[in-house]
Amino acid sequence: MNKLRKRNGTDRWVALLLWLAAALVVATLLWILGDIFSRGLSGLSVEFLVDEPREAGRAGGLGPVLLSTLLVLGVCMAAAVPVALGAAVLLSEFSLGRRGFGRAVRASLDILAAVPSIVFGLFGNAFFSQILGMGFSLLSGGLTLACMVLPILIRTTEQALTAVPDEVRQGAAAVGLSRVTTFKSLLLPAAAPGLAAGFVLGMGRALAETAALLFTSGYVTRWPESLLDSGRVLSIHIYDLAMNIPGADDRASSTAVVLIALVLLLNVSAMAIGGRRSPGRWSP
Amino acid sequence: MSKPTSSFRSKIDLAFSGAVVLASVLAASVLLLVVLFLLWESWPALRETHGIRFFTDPGWFPSAGELNLLPMAAGSLLVTLGAVILAVPLGLASAVFSSFYAPPPLAWVFRRLVELLAGIPSVVFGLWGLVCLAPLLSNLGGSGQSLLAAMLILALMILPTVALTAGAALAAVPAAVLQGAAALGLGRWSMVWNLALPAARRGIVAGFILAAGRAIGETMAVLMVAGNVAAFPKNLLDPVRTLTANIALEMGYATSSHRSALFASGLMLMLGVSSLVIWSQWRNRSLPYE
Repeated sequence: MNKLRKRNGTDRWVALLLWLAAALVVATLLWILGDIFSRGLSGLSVEFLVDEPREAGRAGGLGPVLLSTLLVLGVCMAAAVPVALGAAVLLSEFSLGRRGFGRAVRASLDILAAVPSIVFGLFGNAFFSQILGMGFSLLSGGLTLACMVLPILIRTTEQALTAVPDEVRQGAAAVGLSRVTTFKSLLLPAAAPGLAAGFVLGMGRALAETAALLFTSGYVTRWPESLLDSGRVLSIHIYDLAMNIPGADDRASSTAVVLIALVLLLNVSAMAIGGRRSPGRWSP
Repeated sequence: MSKPTSSFRSKIDLAFSGAVVLASVLAASVLLLVVLFLLWESWPALRETHGIRFFTDPGWFPSAGELNLLPMAAGSLLVTLGAVILAVPLGLASAVFSSFYAPPPLAWVFRRLVELLAGIPSVVFGLWGLVCLAPLLSNLGGSGQSLLAAMLILALMILPTVALTAGAALAAVPAAVLQGAAALGLGRWSMVWNLALPAARRGIVAGFILAAGRAIGETMAVLMVAGNVAAFPKNLLDPVRTLTANIALEMGYATSSHRSALFASGLMLMLGVSSLVIWSQWRNRSLPYE
């Protein structure tokens, strides 16, 4: 656009620097992924996914770990989704959501979203494990995660609901539909893709979490028999293998490959379901 | 929504409204419960130490009743400072690159890659730091598990936060402003430097604050690469222990006043991070473009 303009060299130097910075970021990302995959990929097999860990994880597989992960995620979503849906409806659909009460709820969620995950771990340990007597269990881990993902679930749900055009609500009100019917038959279907995307995103967040589970769901590698059993999730398995078990680095990397694949799968499906637009870019 | 008229309907609606309000109260009470339980659990240590001994005890030897948290607080601040210093220029450059310099298809791919970086679980960063980065750094001296390793890993982890928030803030600058500049024949860089960046400044700085908050609160990656010695580091290659890592390391076996002191350090973290959030929101109380 400014070919005709006589420029000093600054523009070109800046462009070069920016390209280098971007290349550095991409190269580092590829380095990390390449390193983890090259260490871990060869250890992957069906047996690795279904067997139980042996020799403290140096041999065997991930079976119970995967099951525990699934159960913790299940508890987390089962607890968080109804609360998130309710709170998001209040914030986006009710006039109460725009008044003092709604503002207070929003403010508390904004702070909650920034609370470090290890602090959720402390809280979960004190509240769910000790006061409510759940001990180290999948249940107490799942509920701790539910508290943690609540802000992001509510925010995405609220965004999905606000994206439904107001004409829908006005039309529903004009033909005298009740609030429940309007919500169930009009708003919910219209917002469904956004809601689903938000839930999947929240699940991805929960799946990646480690610190909040250290003192709530615990380390046990046995097959869990109930939600009150302690169980070890994927991320904690990686941590334990890498830090506490000498000679298990490759096993840790294989587990990391599985975890990355799952997180990626969730994030990509969230993007596909939600048809999320990437932030707009300037186009002259 | 209008008020329904028939009484049957209004009963169902009343129940619906009740459930919705209940859910909101529940959601809001989580924060309250977290604060309450942190206070409750840290109370014994706060009373025993009057809060002062956390800073004046000779060191961190919980079994001997010495509860100085300063080395860990310094560790947290140092790794955060280092990570922010490294991540801010690189993240900002990434955002400017993808918003103004990269050809559109490349910008799209680049943004997806930054999002991919953001999606890597922290324990995976920790694993990579432990098996790849730390051995490399040990060539410089020491074990490699060091303040420097923690800074580098954390910088990588918060870089996407900086890049994505700055990208969003730049995208929110009205196109008319930039088109006007282009029409006047302004060079690309002078347009970015003189118009786009100043206009997006608030959003960009909010991203820095968010990133700093994430860095302070990060546990796993730091725990795995920092070496975790509870002493003040003398140089970049010394091991360091952060408040978060301290909790993760010792909660498993801590009892009585030791456990209580860990909760107090959690309370400290929580206060630090939430004051960052409140500050950032107060700064942004009237965002120009949103």
